[in-house]
Amino acid sequence: MTIALDKPHLSRAHMLELLRQMIRIRRFEDKCVELYTQEKIRGFMHLYDGEEAVAVGIIPVLEKRDRIVATYREHGQAIVRGVSMAAALAEMYGKQEGCSHGRGGSMHLFDRVTNFYGGNAIVGGGLPLSVGLALADQMRSNDIVTACFFGDGAVAEGEFHESLNLAALWNLPVLFVCENNLYAMGTALALSESETNIQRKAASYRISSEAVDGMDVIAVEAAARRAVQAVRENRKPYFLECRTYRLRAHSMFDAQLYRGKSEVEAWRPKDPIVRFQGWLETNKLIHPDDLARMETEIASEIAEAVAFAEGGTWEPVEQLTRFTYAENAT
Amino acid sequence: MPRQSPGSGSIETTYRDAVREAIRDALLRDESVFLMGEDVGRYGGCYAVSKGLLAEFGPERIRDTPLSESGFTGAGIGAAMAGMRPIVELMTVNFSLLALDQILNTAATVRHMSGNQFGVPLVIRMATGAGRQLAAQHSHSLEGWYAHIPGIKVLAPATLEDARGMLWTALQDPDPVLIFENVMLYNMTGTLAGNAGPVGINRAVVRRDGHDISLITYGGSLWKALEAATVLASENIDAEVIDLRSLRPLDDPTIMASVSKTRRAVIVDEGWRSGSLSAEVGMRIVEQAFWELDAPVGRVCSEEVPIPYPRHLENAAIPQVSKIVAAAKAACGRG
Repeated sequence: MTIALDKPHLSRAHMLELLRQMIRIRRFEDKCVELYTQEKIRGFMHLYDGEEAVAVGIIPVLEKRDRIVATYREHGQAIVRGVSMAAALAEMYGKQEGCSHGRGGSMHLFDRVTNFYGGNAIVGGGLPLSVGLALADQMRSNDIVTACFFGDGAVAEGEFHESLNLAALWNLPVLFVCENNLYAMGTALALSESETNIQRKAASYRISSEAVDGMDVIAVEAAARRAVQAVRENRKPYFLECRTYRLRAHSMFDAQLYRGKSEVEAWRPKDPIVRFQGWLETNKLIHPDDLARMETEIASEIAEAVAFAEGGTWEPVEQLTRFTYAENAT
Repeated sequence: MPRQSPGSGSIETTYRDAVREAIRDALLRDESVFLMGEDVGRYGGCYAVSKGLLAEFGPERIRDTPLSESGFTGAGIGAAMAGMRPIVELMTVNFSLLALDQILNTAATVRHMSGNQFGVPLVIRMATGAGRQLAAQHSHSLEGWYAHIPGIKVLAPATLEDARGMLWTALQDPDPVLIFENVMLYNMTGTLAGNAGPVGINRAVVRRDGHDISLITYGGSLWKALEAATVLASENIDAEVIDLRSLRPLDDPTIMASVSKTRRAVIVDEGWRSGSLSAEVGMRIVEQAFWELDAPVGRVCSEEVPIPYPRHLENAAIPQVSKIVAAAKAACGRG
């Protein structure tokens, strides 16, 4: 672990919070899988298992006024940002109490209160959106950073290149976060890209960039602090490549024919939760009671979310065509 | 450039200048409005619509973009979601296909997917239509495709008043509005009231009253339909001409009122016939006014071919006055 204990923010309480947030995502999604097998959740559902350190390392570094654009693998980003598990889970149930009124589902979690701009399920489609949000902030002299999350698959899209170029050309305050989990669905990075060092692509647009071990929450957080500060102070984009790994299938329909079990097993020891928790234990920074209390609280939060989603209501079919256009518009 | 001075009577102007004046007016009225697109600034716009605006408003608000249609259309969407009122210019409808992902998958869906938390008050303008011998990658009329998409509105200003007046109303709309400007109209001259301003965008308009047949059209074809009506009048056929103005939503009451009066209809649409806007209008007439009809509904559309380069073939590919006259006469049993 890249720990520097002299940093003031690395208090024991802070480290426990990082662990807690990662475990929150993991346990929440474990429950989502269970609910999916019970057919409470349907459609596509993409899990963040193994990648939690990215959202947990970056999102708390952002200010409340900052904006987040995410992908269809966004449960982690949403709940770390402050979308309640209850609202997220109700959304996955399709209930109207969900954070997108049930209209979006797992892939389209939105939340205006926390400036969470989805939940975008066209690979690369969120990048131009983030450029536009940042353009508005630049034109209005807002001190706001837009963090845009996307995977390595997006790098092959034209919209990736168009957006990096625009952000650099116009000096827009965007933090591009590439969650490089080595696979675009089932196609390995080396089969997609002539240059597999993604960070170098950003450099070709004259965007400051760095790559970080995305399985190390402390390293991600340290990089995020540098990155967010750079965007905020320089009013220019910054590119952070988080090298991570998805320990579960791409979606619930993925038989994982494209990678061997041994590869996944080789990554397991690098699991960001296992690794960080182990390090905290070795260094006596966490007591078994801390962990037990954490797990109990999270289990209770999840139980409440399930109860909320179960108790949620179906939107009347009579309202089917709502939200296509603004209501009461002339 | 024509200048407005309210109450000063009428001015001689062109469609191009009317669009420019609409953009200028919007920029003056609202500081969150800006124009963004390929060559809108230093070049003055591919069709010279934005000529002079860079000098007046500066490069922040008259923003030249790289050739990144998807990128800058998406940037317009994001800026609109964050409180700006962007006008994105896509040089032609053919190029807009490079931005179709952003238009369909983001602009048209965000309000719905977010359960009404976010809207996209964005205006996208683009040129459409054939007639300038620009061949098969610059001449198509795909506005009917866009009219297929719930979540956006689609406008086709055919007159100077609408070229001048639709933009501001579109900018006030909380949802994305696409404005299609037919390339053959930019040089059209005429008079416009000196105090011309915003117009409604949700109703079709009867441009010529008549009793024998309804010619239903929009955009560049409006003027061909009106000319056809003049020809028909000389043969004692009194045609009514409807300018749809809005292709999505369609103004069914105005269409049905006209057809119920004339009992005959021909739809003129520069899009290809198969799966076209004309098919939609025709089917609505069948659904809503079938028992009022005295004859099958007719159509004049583009031929099912990419628009060819040579003048004579291009002319043959798209609706012309003679074809409209022939279709109207056939519908009146005078074919």
